[in-house]
Amino acid sequence: MTLYRIKLGSYIVIGILLVFGFRLWQLQILDGDKYKRLSEDNRLRILKTPAPRGIIYDRNETPLVKNIPFFSVSITTDNPKKIDIDSLSALLGLKRQEVEEKLYRKDNSPFVPIKLKQGLSFGEIARIEAGRSDFPGLFVETDVGREYLFGKVGAHIIGYLGKITQSQMKNPGLRHFPPDALIGQWGVEALHDAQLRGIPGERIIEVDALGRELRLIQERPSVKGNDVSLSIDINIQKAVEDSFRSKAGALVALKPDTGEILAFESLPSFDPNTFSRGIVYEDWKALMDDKKKPMLNRAVQSQYPPGSTFKIITAIAALEEGVIHSETKVICTGGINFGKWTFGCWKKGGHGSVDFHKGIVESCDVYFYELGKRLGMDRIYKYADAFGLGRETGIDLVPVKERQGLIPNTEWKKEKKRIPWYLGDTFISAIGQGYVTTTPIQMAVMMSTFANGGTVYKPTLIKGEHRPVGAIKLKPDTIEMIKDALSGVINESNGTAQGARSSLTVIGGKTGTAQVVGKKKGAVAERFMDHAWFVAFAPVDKPEIALSVFVEHGGGGGAVAAPIAKKAIEAYMKSKNGQEAAAKSMTHGSQPIGGQKDAEN
Amino acid sequence: MLKIDRRLIKNFDWITLLLITALSLIGIMTIYSATRPPLGVGEHPDFYAKQMLWFVISMTALIAVVSVNYIWLYRISYPLYALGLILLIVVLFTGRTSMGAQRWLSIGPVSFQPSEFFRIFFIAGFTAYLTNIGNRFTEKIPLKSIMIFAIFPLILLIKQPDLGTAILLMSLFVILSVSKGISRKITTVIIIIGLISIPFLGNIFWEGLKEYQKNRLIAFIDPDIDPAGIGYHIAQSKISVGSGGFFGKGYLKGTQGPLRFLPEKHTDFIFAVFAEEWGFIGSALLLGIYLLLFLRGLDTAMKAKDEFGRLTATGITAMFFIYFCVNIGMTLGIMPVVGVPLPFVSYGGTALLSNFIAAGILINIRTRRFELFYP
Repeated sequence: MTLYRIKLGSYIVIGILLVFGFRLWQLQILDGDKYKRLSEDNRLRILKTPAPRGIIYDRNETPLVKNIPFFSVSITTDNPKKIDIDSLSALLGLKRQEVEEKLYRKDNSPFVPIKLKQGLSFGEIARIEAGRSDFPGLFVETDVGREYLFGKVGAHIIGYLGKITQSQMKNPGLRHFPPDALIGQWGVEALHDAQLRGIPGERIIEVDALGRELRLIQERPSVKGNDVSLSIDINIQKAVEDSFRSKAGALVALKPDTGEILAFESLPSFDPNTFSRGIVYEDWKALMDDKKKPMLNRAVQSQYPPGSTFKIITAIAALEEGVIHSETKVICTGGINFGKWTFGCWKKGGHGSVDFHKGIVESCDVYFYELGKRLGMDRIYKYADAFGLGRETGIDLVPVKERQGLIPNTEWKKEKKRIPWYLGDTFISAIGQGYVTTTPIQMAVMMSTFANGGTVYKPTLIKGEHRPVGAIKLKPDTIEMIKDALSGVINESNGTAQGARSSLTVIGGKTGTAQVVGKKKGAVAERFMDHAWFVAFAPVDKPEIALSVFVEHGGGGGAVAAPIAKKAIEAYMKSKNGQEAAAKSMTHGSQPIGGQKDAEN
Repeated sequence: MLKIDRRLIKNFDWITLLLITALSLIGIMTIYSATRPPLGVGEHPDFYAKQMLWFVISMTALIAVVSVNYIWLYRISYPLYALGLILLIVVLFTGRTSMGAQRWLSIGPVSFQPSEFFRIFFIAGFTAYLTNIGNRFTEKIPLKSIMIFAIFPLILLIKQPDLGTAILLMSLFVILSVSKGISRKITTVIIIIGLISIPFLGNIFWEGLKEYQKNRLIAFIDPDIDPAGIGYHIAQSKISVGSGGFFGKGYLKGTQGPLRFLPEKHTDFIFAVFAEEWGFIGSALLLGIYLLLFLRGLDTAMKAKDEFGRLTATGITAMFFIYFCVNIGMTLGIMPVVGVPLPFVSYGGTALLSNFIAAGILINIRTRRFELFYP
């Protein structure tokens, strides 16, 4: 009987061994390739090495940014439960909850280091290195970070690097980026991110089960990002920053023959270094809540009535349309009566007999009411539009959205306001008040278009780029007469902007004032002061720079805005002369500029 | 007593000796490969050398065991079993704890796991009991025997805890009882009681498990729950075996073990290392060697000249087979991870020695199958 049971046992043994054999066949032959691949993945890890980011230079090849090591602390662990989270968060100076969240993220892999904190200071690194022995797998990593060499100067255009955001991760081009990647978030850093970024290198390493590096199998070095040369001149930027003296406002200076931006400041500004070091919530909130709005790009987002600077458009329209000639005279008694309304001139006593030249130089409102009356709004509109006002200039800025401004015409009022256009509307529009609003960059484009004789360029921040987007043919006489008058504004004894007179070059320009609504007579509080405008170009006979200045609550344009314009233009002249001198010395065999550039990398 | 009989040499079971020697050599070879330092940098741990030394010791012990007639085992089986139980109790109080289990006893410089030898003492004791009790056992299993040979040792082993040995003893208890022969009535009653008590036993069993044992069971039920955590062992083991493919990666070419992806690579997961390097061909060959060993053992049981020999041979073969099944089943991911070594192949001196002693008893029974009279 028992023998039969033992025989049965043999069959059981054979049966179970067949099951094992079948399982072996399944694992090794059927799924062999799959497991082979898994075992390769087990052994090899691909680590990305960050690529040095391209350097951003100004138009004179002065580096504006520097790549600096950016330290972060990560941990590799196969079991986060083993980590003493309390002492780890104490070591890193983080909240327990923050550390926990990172360690217990669902998509964590035991083989990929978990980044715990970025942007470490040297003090923190020292502390972490000292306490590291208690936490196996904790290590300090080095990434490429950014230092912005000029701090707040030019911050609105240079921008900053920041951690990739959730919504950006969904972007197909950025999808493969690690969750802590630093990418350009503002300004040129964001706009030319793809170009600046470079190609990360790859290190294929053999690791053990704890992710510890055993050996380098293969390495593909990273490729440095391309440098970007901006059209701006950092010397002008610095001069502008200084000359605003903590006032809020904007300055945009263009190269008239190309539309390259020579200077672009929006003040107050922010320090991009705060962002690139991994901004803390408190700092971010302080920036956002700041009443002075440092994150607002006033050059493209402030839109106000351009005031008397708009008279340039009215004057061009009048000359081109032939409604006046140089000898046309208007008597200014300090205002004109129109029905029950009185339209005053800024000079209460009146300008007396005013011709074209005097009308511009002394900015006589009554003279321009007359021009407006002769032209009609639609003809003024035609010229304002041709000069790029009332629409986006098309400047590329990320993530800032440019505002449009507004140039009204009769049709617009009928459509939007459902009331007809009155002559009074024309009067105030002709002197740049009322419905007319523009942004500082539009006024710079307007000035630049006039300075180059009628070509509208899209403003660009990239050196050497020029994109004409429109043109208007002007009579040489028109250009001559207006240039002469705008020069008079600054250089004649009765001009409204003598504060812009420079010994270095002959500047032409026009002041403007945007009235602040709610102003009371004799009010002195700054918030009730008018906004000051100034547009200018130089040298008058052969313009190389055209600009607009806008100063919030700056009062009259001549007093505050004109000296800023002068400083900017003089900075340009000095910088240009300096470059010419450097170019000369270069031909005499001193160190080439290119060599310095390489040394900075 | 040690006089060598000519018949002894003539009838000697060379095949079993050859099979276990082959397995041991494969084991030493694989231990050498599994423990080699990553990338060949650093010192090679001397596990393989230790195992070779233990192989020599074990072979000597086997020869000693074979030279003594197994009737002596029958005679001292009760004292041996009592000694085993005492050792299990001692280890609970003074044993050295390693990896969460208190299994080791140290006597001078030598440390060993009493449960390794207790397996043999249990087989000897229980088969002697079954032989003595005669046919009464078939009608009614005495409660006393269940207490002494099942419940008591089980409690001691789970207390350590030594889940592997506990499972082995339960299985051996059933297998030996069945080979002895029990009536259909008792079988039915056992099955019914078993079915009813499963929920209760299951609960007691589950509560009695240590955390890591619970995790292993969970991981076995669903290895994808957390491949890096509790299912890690199973997943890595399957990767090792599977990546071997048909021909294997070649000896000393495996990566899973040396690179430390595979836990306990030279002990419980040694088959994974072997399968990775030798592929389907090598693994099938290894399974073949085991198959021959088991069939040979069962054949010995059938040819044994007395009931004690027959039951002992059955028990020893069953013991090898159960360890083999649990180990290979775990490595291939079809059974839970239970820390059980692969007989003759896994690293471990005490286990190798006790397996050789057990094999020596098998050879002894087969060699003396024609001796009709006790000397």
